[in-house]
Amino acid sequence: MRIAIILCWLVPFAAAQHMPRYRWENFTTANGLPNDRVYSVAVDGDRIWAGTDNGLALYEKGKWRTFTTADGLAHRAVLSLSLDKRTHDLWIATMGGLSRYSAGRIDTFTQLTSGLANDVVYGVTVQGDYVWVATAAGASRLDTRTGQWSLFNERNTPMYEIWTYAVSAGEDKVYYAVWGGGVLEYDVKTERWKDYNDPDGENEIVLFKDQGLIHEITTSVSYVNKILWVATYFGASRYDGRNWRNFLDKDSGLPSNFLNQVKTLDGTRTWFATDKGLAYFDGANWAVYRPALDTHQPEMLVRDEKGNLRRVPVETAPAHNYVFGVDFQGDDIWVATAKGLSHGIPIHEEITQK
Amino acid sequence: MLRLALLTVGFALAATAQYPSPVDLRVSPDARRLYIVCQGTDELVVADTKSKSIVGRVKVGHVPRGIAITNDGQRVYVTNSWADTVTEVDTATLRALRTLPAGFEPSGAALDARGAFLYVANRISNDISVIDLATGAVLKRLVAARGASYIVASPANSHGFATHIYATHIYPKIGKHCAPPESEIMEIDATRQVVSTRLPLGNVAGVFHVAISQDGRLGIATMLRPKNLVPLAHVEHGWAFGDSIAVFGEDIGGVVELPLDELERYFSLPFGVAIAPDKSKAYLSASGSNEVAILDLNRVIAAARSPRRNDLINDLSVSGTYVLAHVPVGRNPRGIALSGDGRILYVANRLDDTVSVIDTTARKVTGTIALGGTEILTRERRGERLFYSSKYAFQGQFGCASCHLDSTIDGLHWDLEPDGFGQDILDNRALEDVGETPPYKWNGSNPDLQTECGPRTERFFFRSAGFAGQDLEDLVSYIKSIPLRPNRYRLPNGELTPAQERGKAIFERSQRKDGSPIDDTQRCAFCHSGKYYTNQATFDVGTGKPTDRSPLFDVPQLTNVALTAPYMHDGAARTLEEIWTVFNPKDTHGVTNDLAKDELNDLIEFLKTL
Repeated sequence: MRIAIILCWLVPFAAAQHMPRYRWENFTTANGLPNDRVYSVAVDGDRIWAGTDNGLALYEKGKWRTFTTADGLAHRAVLSLSLDKRTHDLWIATMGGLSRYSAGRIDTFTQLTSGLANDVVYGVTVQGDYVWVATAAGASRLDTRTGQWSLFNERNTPMYEIWTYAVSAGEDKVYYAVWGGGVLEYDVKTERWKDYNDPDGENEIVLFKDQGLIHEITTSVSYVNKILWVATYFGASRYDGRNWRNFLDKDSGLPSNFLNQVKTLDGTRTWFATDKGLAYFDGANWAVYRPALDTHQPEMLVRDEKGNLRRVPVETAPAHNYVFGVDFQGDDIWVATAKGLSHGIPIHEEITQK
Repeated sequence: MLRLALLTVGFALAATAQYPSPVDLRVSPDARRLYIVCQGTDELVVADTKSKSIVGRVKVGHVPRGIAITNDGQRVYVTNSWADTVTEVDTATLRALRTLPAGFEPSGAALDARGAFLYVANRISNDISVIDLATGAVLKRLVAARGASYIVASPANSHGFATHIYATHIYPKIGKHCAPPESEIMEIDATRQVVSTRLPLGNVAGVFHVAISQDGRLGIATMLRPKNLVPLAHVEHGWAFGDSIAVFGEDIGGVVELPLDELERYFSLPFGVAIAPDKSKAYLSASGSNEVAILDLNRVIAAARSPRRNDLINDLSVSGTYVLAHVPVGRNPRGIALSGDGRILYVANRLDDTVSVIDTTARKVTGTIALGGTEILTRERRGERLFYSSKYAFQGQFGCASCHLDSTIDGLHWDLEPDGFGQDILDNRALEDVGETPPYKWNGSNPDLQTECGPRTERFFFRSAGFAGQDLEDLVSYIKSIPLRPNRYRLPNGELTPAQERGKAIFERSQRKDGSPIDDTQRCAFCHSGKYYTNQATFDVGTGKPTDRSPLFDVPQLTNVALTAPYMHDGAARTLEEIWTVFNPKDTHGVTNDLAKDELNDLIEFLKTL
């Protein structure tokens, strides 16, 4: 209680006023999800896709429907989702291959039936006619027009570690988070690869902050408006093509350095899925949404650019602190957590001064 | 000497003969013109419906297949299946205006009601191109099913928009080995330009034309239900193919499959379909039986709504309740089109080079439009007529083309011979380049095509009559002349991509990666050698099953092998990859187990160029 009072007192009211606030509605097995462990979420208009530890779930018109291996899904554990915004087909990364959902039909690609590098598929993204895939044995690219698979690994890229974990594509560049191997960049025009690594090597302390990638163990990349965000297990990095800027829990509003996902809206406004809550950065101020770590009561924390903290009174919170991923539905946000899927519905009333 | 002279004339004729081979057609909105797609002469032929004479010919791309016409009749679009393009034709000047890009082997085409977007079904790339006609650019491709071919737009609604577009596909989904085939009708939301649903068709392989009623509430697609998993010994029981339709839409409330065959009378290879404007009748062409069937749609709908709706498909007595008449037409009737008032039906007779004109009230042919072309039939053309005819099989049930759809494959594996259930399951082999690759049959027991297609056909397949004498020679001539579809995976300049080059080196290698020599019999290029990539021998590659008569299999030619899944003698490998990732654990089908995944991918990229 005393900490809360101090927090409220310290932070200028304006910063908290401008940070998005949400009323959270949570979905679990109790109300239709096939499993509480939700690894990924993807929004397709009014439809919500959730990749869980026990199948793919679709929320439509107020009801959940589940797709399993019996429906053709490659594996029950769905790790990542990517919507083809042109066709509204959904690409599904699973622990047992890559699947594609198209209007009720699921087609599956595995290392035995197709040119996919490996069946452990961590990430997938669509870039025009290409589908880029992150697997435990390097990167794969499917040309959907010709059916040709191209594999990228230690033999034809600077990838010294082939455990690719996530992928993000823009028109000009494709970025891979390589778990233990930094970031790999593919230049669409030159068709060349380049790697970005932590100048501190594999040290788990930061010797040279802002001189490069924060850490080699990367878990997620997000590339929008020529800005690259990288999530690692040891902080976050932002790269604008010239300069790196790194973020740690000790000097930013990140609630933890252990990041599962980063997703930027425009290169500046960026969301972070961490093991200690969902975080948002608007370019200056930070907000954290979670059940409080100690009391488990709904909590929203705001940190302004000067480092001042404020606890914003809230009545709801995401389903769990351990957050795997997010996606956006207009101003709404959907959050995949270890204990359910959460829907953040914006609250537009002003915060009452206490 | 006379024989030599005739032979010489025959060769010369074969080289120069041109047959229009009409495959599809459309009536202009004012009913005054008929636009006919002529596959054999690469033309859009324009006929005057009143005089039944040809009034124009427009050169289009190679092997045109599908057609669409704008509501105002000012533009016609023709898909060029071997050029991978669409030709836009100005109907006022009868000139080609633009050539638009499409996918691999564009087939059917449909316009949205405003004529703003063209949807093209691509048979080889298995997708639907959505083309913005304002810019000529392909906006996107929608995932279709294997062998996407025919497509239709629902009539415009009160706002002037087609609400849905429906597409079919001629090859079934490649599923589990020895599982019943599965197909679908794909429904596209024309407003959002996305696939909205897929209507499943169980036990179906080969779905052809599809039509939608004027009110948009009823759809009909022609299709085949092959009985490929029971021996053809059951032909006498009507147990080879179910020539059928799928009816769907709001009038039906789901999808119902209904038979077109009747006891002792089969409607072989149903293909074209049209629905009368008042929804009273449907018209269907049978490309193997050379006839058009007229269906009473009220009775069709009643059957499809009956409590027995799901049982009717195997009841050959039910079709008699809704088939009103059969009208004989020319050989190999394909696309059909109704005049706007529904009084005249036009039928494209592909192997007669004519269009039949049917008075739908009188239910008889009242005229024929001749499309020109070489009058004398070459032996290849005569053979082609035999290939597409179903009259040789018991009660006219099926013909060569029932399995070799458009002279290709059907994507199925068959339990053909009467040697017991599950014995000697055989993949349907491609016919391209098969002519010079004896021996034949998967076990190589037939030394030439005359043996393969002659008396054996009568005994094992047709159970009635077979090909003999001049007919057999003609048929063999046709099979040897089946044209080779262009390979879509080669670069235009004939060079190989780096991945294909690497794959070629693997295909031709004589050493493992560790430097140890590969025995000749384990080298890809040893068995798959020569012009057609076969040494024309039989070989045990370790893929035989206890149910196979012999572990020795004929080495197949690899022409367009990328298109002929499933693979191996029994079709057990669903993809090229599975040949080696699943069915080659001991390197008996080429040494591949020392290859990394990307190297196997390279090998496959090379194989796709053959």
